[in-house]
Amino acid sequence: MSRTFLGMPGTVSMMGYSGKETFPENAAKAVRNSQLRFNLRKATGTIRGRRASVVGELPDWPDLRQAGKAIKDHTLRNLDTYLVRLEEAVTKAGGHVHWARDAAEANRIVTDLVKATGETQVVKVKSMATQEIGLNEALHAEGITAYETDLAELIVQLGDDWPSHILVPAIHRNRSEIREIFVRHMSEWGRPAPERLTDEPAALAEAARLHLRERFLATKVAISGANFMVAETGTLVVLESEGNGRMCLTLPETLISVVGIEKLVPTWRDLEVFLQLLPRSSTGERMNPYTSMWTGATEGQEFHLVLLDNGRTGVLADDLGRQALRCIRCSACLNVCPVYERSGGHAYGSVYPGPIGAILTPQLRGMGSELDRSLPYASSLCGACYEVCPVAIDIPSVLIELRGRSRHPVAERAGMAAAGWVFKRQGRLARAQRMGGRMRRLVPKRLPGPLGGWTDTRDLPAIPKESFRDWWNRTDGGAR
Amino acid sequence: MSARDVILARVRAAVEGVPDVEIPRSYRGPEPATDGLVDLLADRVRDYKAVVHVVEEAGVAALVADSLAARGVRRLVVPEGFPETWLPSGGFERIGDEPRLSAADLDTADGILTTCAVAVAETGTIVLDAGEGQGRRALTLLPDYHLCVVRQDQIESGVPGAVARLDPARPLTWISGPSATSDIELNRVEGVHGPRTLEVVVVTSG
Repeated sequence: MSRTFLGMPGTVSMMGYSGKETFPENAAKAVRNSQLRFNLRKATGTIRGRRASVVGELPDWPDLRQAGKAIKDHTLRNLDTYLVRLEEAVTKAGGHVHWARDAAEANRIVTDLVKATGETQVVKVKSMATQEIGLNEALHAEGITAYETDLAELIVQLGDDWPSHILVPAIHRNRSEIREIFVRHMSEWGRPAPERLTDEPAALAEAARLHLRERFLATKVAISGANFMVAETGTLVVLESEGNGRMCLTLPETLISVVGIEKLVPTWRDLEVFLQLLPRSSTGERMNPYTSMWTGATEGQEFHLVLLDNGRTGVLADDLGRQALRCIRCSACLNVCPVYERSGGHAYGSVYPGPIGAILTPQLRGMGSELDRSLPYASSLCGACYEVCPVAIDIPSVLIELRGRSRHPVAERAGMAAAGWVFKRQGRLARAQRMGGRMRRLVPKRLPGPLGGWTDTRDLPAIPKESFRDWWNRTDGGAR
Repeated sequence: MSARDVILARVRAAVEGVPDVEIPRSYRGPEPATDGLVDLLADRVRDYKAVVHVVEEAGVAALVADSLAARGVRRLVVPEGFPETWLPSGGFERIGDEPRLSAADLDTADGILTTCAVAVAETGTIVLDAGEGQGRRALTLLPDYHLCVVRQDQIESGVPGAVARLDPARPLTWISGPSATSDIELNRVEGVHGPRTLEVVVVTSG
């Protein structure tokens, strides 16, 4: 699978597919894969049920959601103040803060930091930000091997595959496929899979434990992201399940965290909201197994924080689109989306798939490619994503706005221009309606030429014999 | 201009004139402790497939002895400051972290016995802050068995109460059940990199 930088020179770069094909083309291929559809239906169905039950347990869920939304909006409004406050607090606690305008700058900072330690191997905690900037590929080019330690990321890395879900990157794989990947590829990266490995999830988890154990004990540099950063105290927060995060955050001598600037919350107290919203929305648990919080250099560790812009300030400047920066990457919107459930994450051609990806990717990456222009259409606008979003991002509204901004096909533009001309004068509309009424039997079920694309997925509405206005005039509002 | 100045200037230009928002905090805040919290915590921790015991102060040492024996723990790490009255008189080899144990030493220990800083009943969570009786973070990470003693007065009903009691300057680890993953078909499977067995002893205040 080819890995290319999609961004145009001088703008934001972000990892993704080669971007030649649009979402509908990718999705058309994906839905023909019955194994993928089965895996996705099973996994998203399970998680939807779990989320609904633990969210239903909290009587104040709507209040938490409103607070979460407001905290993020307030933070974004005062992001400059809080970033400076965070920098002060982290520095005071013995950490080093670096600023990166774009992916290339962040990759260079991290590469230089790793090189300064003299190490050529790093362990990684699952992180969307480092995927977005293509950090592993950048390190590889400099002779540094990055080992993914999250189970799903490990499955993706061993299988030379692409993540297809924000929280569970290997959601498109079922247990027997995972077993195959382990048996075939673990030996290429380190300790081979145990002999006679079965496809029982517990056995697969055990295989991952054994494969990574020595790596954790020996590696001296770790790279992470963070779910939250607290401006007031300089505290970073990582939520995880397996303990691979704790291994990476605790054991190595040097820790480098790459975090998007929108991950801030102003105060320590604000965590009381997000520690309730995030686990219940993402894995559907009352609480995830492990949450680590640390402030600056901890227990003798060397700590570096890389603050990443990479297009975020551009999104921040957009009055409607900036709400996408509230996202806490829970992935609840993916799990409820009827489009995601059928197309899978790869069709979106971005590290951010699903409904949130459909509004975040075109804003971060721009709408230069056919793929990115097609993403706002990867939705039926049913609104389920908005309903489950723990920070109330109105994804459907942003999708519609982005559709308006993208360049439309010639036939559609011509059709809209013609409709605009007709609707502009009442006389034109009346004449057009009378003509439509007389010719209504001649209108085909499928419109000719490029307009056929519209009728392929919709029925033409029946044209009435007489318009409402004509009926009203003829009958005097039904009196005659 | 430095990258820092550029990013801050971009932020200021982006939010200029945007109105600020008030933060509504109508959700439940810290709540006073009730007698039901012990049972709620025990239930919620059991939900994660952890082993839970509820005992009175006088029975802790005997219960710890039974648990260690049942699990076959020989080499047990006991962090500095762990209450001596909760320790059985014998039956295991006690390992301290002074001088610091290497990761390899910790990896071969049979278990770790700690106290905690706070517990959250509603979510079945125990929080460690590397204080007395808990030790540094790696101690509760590498051994495959973690036995944790919680005092009743450390239990908060919900997350806000726990956040209010904790000190962000300390390294904090929130633990909700044994290590687990949901990465295979989104089913929770216990036991990946952290301790695969978590046992919690809740000590009631008589």
